[in-house]
Amino acid sequence: MLTIEDLSVEVGGKPILNHINMEIPDGETHILFGPNGSGKTSLMMTIIGFSGYTVTSGKIIFKGEDITRMPIYERSRLGIGVSFQRPPTINGLKIRDMVALCARKKSADVDGLAAMLNFTSFLDRDVNQHFSGGEIKRSELLQLLAQEPDLALLDEPESGVDLENIVLLGDMVNTLLEQGVKYPKDIQEHAHRKTKIKSALVITHTGHILDYISADKGQVLYNGHLCCSRNAREILKWIREYGYEECVRCAM
Amino acid sequence: MRDVDAKNKLDIDLKAYETKAPAHEYVSDLSRVESLDSNQWLNVGVDTTEADRAGTFIQKDCSVIHSRSQNPDVEVMSIADALKKHDWLSSYLWKYISPEKDQFTTAAKNQPIQGYFIRSMPGVTIQQPVQSCLYIAREGFAQNVHNVVIAEENSTLHIITGCSTSPHLLTGLHVGVSEIYVKKGATLHFTMIHDWGEQINVRPRTAIHVEEGGVIVSNYISLRPVGSLQMSPVTYLNGPDAIARFNSILVAAEGCYLDVGSTVHLNAPGTKAEIISRAITVGGAIIARGEMIGSVAGCKGHLECKGLILKEGLMHAIPELRGLVPGVEMSHEAAVGKIDQREIEYLMARGLDEEEAVSTIVRGFLNVDIEGLPARLAVEIDRAVTQTQKDMM
Repeated sequence: MLTIEDLSVEVGGKPILNHINMEIPDGETHILFGPNGSGKTSLMMTIIGFSGYTVTSGKIIFKGEDITRMPIYERSRLGIGVSFQRPPTINGLKIRDMVALCARKKSADVDGLAAMLNFTSFLDRDVNQHFSGGEIKRSELLQLLAQEPDLALLDEPESGVDLENIVLLGDMVNTLLEQGVKYPKDIQEHAHRKTKIKSALVITHTGHILDYISADKGQVLYNGHLCCSRNAREILKWIREYGYEECVRCAM
Repeated sequence: MRDVDAKNKLDIDLKAYETKAPAHEYVSDLSRVESLDSNQWLNVGVDTTEADRAGTFIQKDCSVIHSRSQNPDVEVMSIADALKKHDWLSSYLWKYISPEKDQFTTAAKNQPIQGYFIRSMPGVTIQQPVQSCLYIAREGFAQNVHNVVIAEENSTLHIITGCSTSPHLLTGLHVGVSEIYVKKGATLHFTMIHDWGEQINVRPRTAIHVEEGGVIVSNYISLRPVGSLQMSPVTYLNGPDAIARFNSILVAAEGCYLDVGSTVHLNAPGTKAEIISRAITVGGAIIARGEMIGSVAGCKGHLECKGLILKEGLMHAIPELRGLVPGVEMSHEAAVGKIDQREIEYLMARGLDEEEAVSTIVRGFLNVDIEGLPARLAVEIDRAVTQTQKDMM
């Protein structure tokens, strides 16, 4: 699904990511760990193609296509969807209309999706205006559910979400990624698993999201270097026990 | 340089305009109006089918060509007829606006050319809006109208007033003196839509008086090119708990000069005011003013001037707050600039190309929630915004 080769990125002339290599196969969910300021969000912004993130070496390949210089909307239309940590407010644009825009030519059941996310009362509010951290997460997820990306980039999907909504949010991430046990009854589980091709890269620094979704692999980003790639829960245990600095020592 | 141009735009020689125009016939059945005219009226929210309207007033040049109320609880007539009918009405004229204010008010006083009188009776709620249209069809004509609106005690009234010109018209001047009275406990929604010609000069002069518990909601929309427009209605919230809300949506194309503001005097305890202005320049000049004067403790006000510059022009936001005693609470927010790149990229990440993203943002920017707009007018405004956007791109 996604291959990153020797990717180096600068922001405002300052190196942020150094020679990153990453591979996310079809249907896999990868967790990206890393302390604040390690470059996790920058990696995500570079994958989707935001301005200000200058690629100085390497390339990003998505579904076999080199997307390194591709405009943002083409990457999105090709199947990349992002849940942003701090999205901007768009005055006068209602969530309802935004969700419909995300669905593009498909018809989205905006009310149905919002009801599932306990977000109905926000449909007629301006996008992100005066939203709390948790409300932003739900709003972002709602948009992605309408967009139905093949690769979801989720930037700390659980941070700021209250206890009441976190289980719900976990469920919805699973729906987005076509994970979990909620497959249609008339399809055998193995058949369902075979058809599942959705992939994800999930940023977290607390690891709480791992209680709700199953991860295939974890990676640690530290000072702009990708240092570790193994079982996500293993990594989390190490980080909790010894902190990031110790955790990445084996790789540095 | 642009400021110099702006000043020239504001200098108007009244002698350059004609104050006489041939009379137009009264039209009882509006379906007989030529589509050339009626389409122009529809663009400013005035519907010749008169469906869902409580009354209609149409003035073409100097002639009142249609005036009727479809609801016994609301009076709609020309100001001349109203002065004949109500002895008391003369005391409402020139009460909060002085004829000496400027050359335009003086002209309106000395050479009044009709205008409308709209009044809702005490205690009634007029469900459907009253519509009025001030229309200029005569080349080089100066239309000086004098309007009076009275929302009597505890009544609710919505007025849609559309002003426009015949499509072929090149020059003209519109001077409109409007005196609006919102009595105790009354609510008035006043929606004004302007669609003038590219070289028409427009000078409305408005004063609004609001009594205890009264509410004035004024929406002003000018999206199409106009030569120059200068107005700043003055509102006096003189009764306790009176409320004023002003929304304006302005677009200035190249060659247009818009100086639009609102002044609100908060003169009684518990009074509240909100002035919201959204302006876009695509080469023209916009001065967006807002002024609040708080003279008693316990009054509250908020001003918001937001301007986008999509093409080199002038965007001048002037929010002013004047507090005279402790205990007033007033704030403002002003922002002038271009569209935030992050907003564009955010929408692009959802699959919109750059042009779609910009147009979505502009549309949202202009989409101030206008209270009390009839659904159909909301759709019409939406259409106008879409059209404006297309012209901008």
